[in-house]
Amino acid sequence: MTSPILNVENLKVAFNVGDDRWRQIVHGISFNVREKETVAIVGESGSGKSVSAMALMRLLPEQSTRVSGSVRLADKELLTLHEEQMRRVRGDDIAMIFQEPMTSLNPVFTVGFQLVEAIRLHRDISRADARMEAKKLLEKVRISDADTRLDDYPDAFSGGMRQRVMIAMALACNPKVLIADEPTTALDVTIQAEILDLIRTLQDEERLAVLFITHDMGVVAQIADRTLVMYEGNIVEQGPTERLFRSAEHPYTRALLAAVPRLGESAGHTRPMRFPVVDIETGKVDSPGESPDTVDDGRTVLEVVDLTTRYPITSGVFNRVILNVHAVEKISFTLKAGETLALVGESGCGKSTTGRSILRLTQPTSGSVIVNGNDIVSLGPKQLREARRDMQMVFQDPFASLNPRHTLGDAIKEPLYAHGFKKGASDRVADLLTRVGLTPDMSRRYPHELSGGQRQRVCIARALALEPKLIVADEPVAALDASIKAKVVNLMLDLQASMQLAYLFISHDMAVVERISHRVAVMYLGEIVEIGPRSAVFGNPQHPYTKKLLSAVPEADPSTRSKKRSLSTSTELKSPFRSVDYRPPARTYRTVSKGHQVQEWGEEWNKEFYCM
Amino acid sequence: MASIILRRLLATVPVMGVVALFVFSLLHLSPGDPATILAGDQASPADVERLRDALGLDRALPIQFLEWIWRVVQLDLGTSIFTGLPVTDLIVQRLEPTFSLMGLTLLFSVLTAVPLGVLAAWRANTFSDRAIMAGAVLGFSVPVFVVGYILAWVFSIKLGWLPAQGYRPIENGFWPWLRNLILPSMALGFIYIALIARVTRASMLEVLGQDYIRTAKAKGVSRRGVLFVHALKNAAVPVVTIIGIGVALLISGAVVTETVFAIPGLGTLVVDAILRRDYPVIQGVILFFSFVYVLINLIVDLIYTVFDPRIRY
Amino acid sequence: MAAVSRRPTIAIGATLFATMALLAVFAPLLGTTDPTAINPTARLQWPSAEHWFGTDMAGRDIYSRVIYGARVSLIVGVSVALLASVFGLFIGILAGFIRGLDGVLMRIMDGLMSIPSILLAIALVALTQGSLASVITAITIAEVPRVTRVIRSVVLSLREQPYVDAAISAGTTTPMIILRHILPNTLAPLTVQATYLCASAMIIEAVLSFVGAGMPPSTPSWGNIMAEGRAIWQVRLNIVLFPALFLSLTVLAVNLLGDGLRDALDPRAQRNA
Repeated sequence: MTSPILNVENLKVAFNVGDDRWRQIVHGISFNVREKETVAIVGESGSGKSVSAMALMRLLPEQSTRVSGSVRLADKELLTLHEEQMRRVRGDDIAMIFQEPMTSLNPVFTVGFQLVEAIRLHRDISRADARMEAKKLLEKVRISDADTRLDDYPDAFSGGMRQRVMIAMALACNPKVLIADEPTTALDVTIQAEILDLIRTLQDEERLAVLFITHDMGVVAQIADRTLVMYEGNIVEQGPTERLFRSAEHPYTRALLAAVPRLGESAGHTRPMRFPVVDIETGKVDSPGESPDTVDDGRTVLEVVDLTTRYPITSGVFNRVILNVHAVEKISFTLKAGETLALVGESGCGKSTTGRSILRLTQPTSGSVIVNGNDIVSLGPKQLREARRDMQMVFQDPFASLNPRHTLGDAIKEPLYAHGFKKGASDRVADLLTRVGLTPDMSRRYPHELSGGQRQRVCIARALALEPKLIVADEPVAALDASIKAKVVNLMLDLQASMQLAYLFISHDMAVVERISHRVAVMYLGEIVEIGPRSAVFGNPQHPYTKKLLSAVPEADPSTRSKKRSLSTSTELKSPFRSVDYRPPARTYRTVSKGHQVQEWGEEWNKEFYCM
Repeated sequence: MASIILRRLLATVPVMGVVALFVFSLLHLSPGDPATILAGDQASPADVERLRDALGLDRALPIQFLEWIWRVVQLDLGTSIFTGLPVTDLIVQRLEPTFSLMGLTLLFSVLTAVPLGVLAAWRANTFSDRAIMAGAVLGFSVPVFVVGYILAWVFSIKLGWLPAQGYRPIENGFWPWLRNLILPSMALGFIYIALIARVTRASMLEVLGQDYIRTAKAKGVSRRGVLFVHALKNAAVPVVTIIGIGVALLISGAVVTETVFAIPGLGTLVVDAILRRDYPVIQGVILFFSFVYVLINLIVDLIYTVFDPRIRY
Repeated sequence: MAAVSRRPTIAIGATLFATMALLAVFAPLLGTTDPTAINPTARLQWPSAEHWFGTDMAGRDIYSRVIYGARVSLIVGVSVALLASVFGLFIGILAGFIRGLDGVLMRIMDGLMSIPSILLAIALVALTQGSLASVITAITIAEVPRVTRVIRSVVLSLREQPYVDAAISAGTTTPMIILRHILPNTLAPLTVQATYLCASAMIIEAVLSFVGAGMPPSTPSWGNIMAEGRAIWQVRLNIVLFPALFLSLTVLAVNLLGDGLRDALDPRAQRNA
């Protein structure tokens, strides 16, 4: 066993909350990281994990924060170091990468400039030599055409590629420690898998110690040797990752683990499965159960036929159309009462646009959306308003979904008033709040007094006010912490059972989808490439893209880690931007089993798979 | 690059169209018969009719508008009622003082304001920041003629350092030219400096909170490097924008400053024309100033691409 | 509201502005004489016990003219602020909601904005004989485009909010959405804009009168008083100095109020509080 390279003792951080009042964010944590070791700090939002990392680097604003304790790098105490000496430590001994690759690179300098700068800050070499080094660094993070790409601005790189550049920059001066603050959270799962592989490989090559900060237990399982669990500014449990996953002691750790969806858990079940709920105080687990059978095969709630939505991109004085974004391209499916169809895919695949097109919040280009015998696409404004009573939407961002100026009661009453139900509206609000697990007295509160999970419950209550048959839920739990996420999913399942609701559940999170859905549709570049019963799509995926998507989901099981994927250079989603004269190819579907259909795919997919 | 310039030029056509329409309608919205107004007080009825005929003032308004535009494009802005001289000549004669005043003000304002703004952002919420921002509020509040009179009283009447009135063409020597312009430029620059310093500070503060600044700090860039390399280039676009938009303030201010300091420029030309109801001159000067403003902002648009590689038209 | 009262700039600005308003309202009770009364025997006097700020070329009492002049400035400032806010709000919402109108309206606004505001106002006043109404109208037309731009951008960003999408799905009609979700959220930026409009209008009015294109010369307005002192400022600075001082203080008051409101109503600032 090697000696610790980074030693943190009794680290405390407090923020100034105005008028000389201080709020303690981190309550004295101690841990160490050894050479070549990966230590994960895992916790939910507000646990103090990112603040701790920033405190190690002394990147928190000095006037408004108080940091105490001890941080030793080898035998150098960092917290008392003079600022100029600390500056030399940053980037040279300890390097850091961040959550937001899209905004972490300076947009007005070339990637080469930023790499060369990082090298020359700490090493006395010429510009030309530094450029050679920069090129080697880009090659090291598997960016092809390194020489020409050095002269590109960050704008020419996708999110995953930018994170590779960030990693290259972090490695510029052969640091001893790499701090990675949620480096894959903003990325799609397939890209996340690539970046995690890259970090693991480079760690071996460079003998790096890695401090990995994340909220995602699946990622922890895939990357960490040891894991620290943080909760409200304290480390509540730490130990080898395998031990933690096998037998967690602290109730909070267990709650966190229980809320982590594991792919494959519901194999053998055809209906949705509730999440197990762990009491944080006692650690008791209620057993998850399969939902009751809610699907009414005889009643079709929604029928989508050849729905297509394109946006023109215009340019110039005369607003000439130069490109079309084929956001949604000829998709068709049906949804029965009491059924959940999950629409899955990565960012930019058109799943959100599909949801918005169905409610006609975005005007579709062609196709039809049939609800209650009416074609939504061609209704006049007045009938459209009537027709929308049957379908409501729940949005991703619970903070932006409620008008900050309205009380919760007013928000829930809005649909009732809009359709002239003034009488008894207050009783109805009380009833709805109770249904979503809140109390009627909350109707007088304002959104800012609520947590994210509570707000999402209010949004669900508002969506239910008109007793719709269909709810389009666009990433409704993506912004929530794992434990809250589980509870909201459970609520949605309960409501489905009691009200026979049909859900169109739009999500990028395969594990949540596996729990909540009856059927799954996989979208890629605006098209559905595979659709079928959940058990069939997950158990017997056909399309290469479905396979890739499923294999990229990090498994919350450290023992599966040995099966390494090959290090491909990035394979990111192609763009849905098409020239004006582009004609989408005619598509044919093959039936795999009852209700399970897959789009016939072309050569490009086969080729890509031979490479991998 | 050529196609970018061409496209931006085309984009200014509708804007200048609206300006032209406004300026054209000035004459026709004014109470009274346009031909009688244009012919002046001493004109005989026959003169009025001859003018009406020559300018086509009896035709339909849209036709008149197009004919007027056609003359304007050929740099024919009509004839001054008061002096009987072509308006284009009058404008050309008055160009030098006004452009000298505006150019000098622009130069020294930018050189003063941007460093002040950076300093204020860097030392945000300290005494120097508060002092600079208090100065900026004063700059917005004290109108240009007030500043002008106070400066002239102190530096000219009381101390006798600089002339209080008039203009010397640059062909008579650089120093006399500059001496006459120092006080007017300071008066005119007051509000402009306030505006640019404020925007620079806000833009820098915004940029300093960005993720890539955190990245720069994390790789060990020094404070000066963060401020002047990583932040300033990003903050430049809003600053350059406000410099362009602020030219409107400069033009408005020049009208007043020239009056205060008795500088024979376009500002005094238009003020005199208003007192004499000399419509062709008013129209010509407004059209000219708006054209200058649009042109400067066109140049500003092109400067963007230097600072921000993401901006492509 | 707590955030509003905590800011010293708002308190100072409001106090100063209220003082000016009181001067304007109670002008006849403040030891003034008739501001238009000519007295050829008392021309061009320096400040004295009888004429606190001195007299002008026609022997009028400058103190009285300055105090009464506050009326013109405040009426112009407040009226322009109100009128330009109302029109700007209306046109801005129209442009933000009706796509077909947006292009045309904004091109017109761009055009008007490229005519420097003082020249635009001068030209409009020159069309008519200078009067309070024509001065207010001219400055309002010059200022509306700026308000329109601000409101339009606020409306466009509000329309992207999920709670507006939720309201549309709930069946709320467009007028109700504007009333419930859009208007209340434009009030904060509009209030801030209104204070800047008020300040700018007072300056433009003074400039118009100063160059002789504003209020009728006999009207006691700060710009007119300065215009009278223009020719002889080198020997009688008091004639331009006192109205200049009052004008600057009033504009400063409104600007302080505006800056304070902007900081207090800034959503980013509120989140920290």
